Amino acid sequence: MARTITQEFTKGLWAEIPPFRLVLGLCPILAITNAFENAIGMGIAVTFVLTGSNVLISAIRKIIPPKVRIVAFIVVIATFVCVVELVMQAYTYALFLKLGIYIPLIVVNCIPMGRAEAFASKNNMGRSALDGLGMGMGYTLSLMALAAFREIIATGSITLYEKPLAVFGASFEPFRFLVEAPGAFVCLGLMLGMMNILGKK
Amino acid sequence: MRELIKMVVVLTLISLASGGLLAALRDGTQERIDKQVLEFVKGPAVRQVFEGAENDPITSRFQLKDGDTLRNFFVGVFDGEAKGLAMETSSSKGYKGDIGMIVAIDVKSDKLIGIGVTTMNETPGLGAKSKTDPKFAAQFKGLPDSGPVKVTKDGGSINAISGATITSRAVCDGVTDALEVYAKLKPQILAKMKAIKK
Repeated sequence: MARTITQEFTKGLWAEIPPFRLVLGLCPILAITNAFENAIGMGIAVTFVLTGSNVLISAIRKIIPPKVRIVAFIVVIATFVCVVELVMQAYTYALFLKLGIYIPLIVVNCIPMGRAEAFASKNNMGRSALDGLGMGMGYTLSLMALAAFREIIATGSITLYEKPLAVFGASFEPFRFLVEAPGAFVCLGLMLGMMNILGKK
Repeated sequence: MRELIKMVVVLTLISLASGGLLAALRDGTQERIDKQVLEFVKGPAVRQVFEGAENDPITSRFQLKDGDTLRNFFVGVFDGEAKGLAMETSSSKGYKGDIGMIVAIDVKSDKLIGIGVTTMNETPGLGAKSKTDPKFAAQFKGLPDSGPVKVTKDGGSINAISGATITSRAVCDGVTDALEVYAKLKPQILAKMKAIKK
């Protein structure tokens, strides 16, 4: 079952893509995918936390006593989340206002915890970094796909750099339901179903 | 026993490193974060209450000590004179926690120019209207007349937002608080404002 270095990276992008295959980290994916820009911001934040915590946990995996490993993982992950939060407040405050509570909630997001426990605590730093990067990018791509779908159908346009870009013509009737909370569940369900159909072949 | 000591030592070291790093980062970013908060949270409210001002009220600001707390004041220039004074205040009596607001006072007449709610956690559609409904905020203009700033139920002149009496009361409470601070610090405020109008 030994994977090559490339596979370590690419598994996060499709075979084990976090929200759809591992079905982890669903709270933010439901909450913040109502706008494409939020999805990118959240994805970058998660990728940073995931890569950083994976590398650090892998580096200190031999000195962490097994009995308290979860506590140690949480401290490491929480540190990276705080770093993201502070940097976001200092440089991209508008984005921070939109993502709000979901940034601190990355701490209890299952993806960093899951990867720390399942991967980083058993593998060397290089592989852990690739795993974190791959998983983070997979997560970002899923958020982006879902957010783009919801925003385009719900508003008929997509916002990039704070400028709306019309996708459909003026005659398009916006389907507002999709940016509301129930729309998130419907979209996620459709996505999961689609992934399962594609995966069967 | 050895294992126990190792657990304690390792966890202490990890937490220590984490705490040190975050403290350093916080120190490094504090100034920028304060600036961002000023721009994105208070800025819109200050600019709104000073609509038509000839200066940028965000940049002409000063600080004064009120007892132990340091307060921020913003100055609005109208017709070439520094007439408007805006200050931050907050009320802890909101329906869901603190309500932060900007209260602007005309220093010539001691009457309110306007108010703007900046931070709150009130119920969307009810208490949250204190921030979004301009009709509610507009009622404060020109107060205080004869009585205290209160909602009509309490004998004042402010029509409470329907379904959000607690929120409306809290806003009145914050405004009253601001007026008290203004009355108390008026000499210092006027001295500082003189210095600002070049």
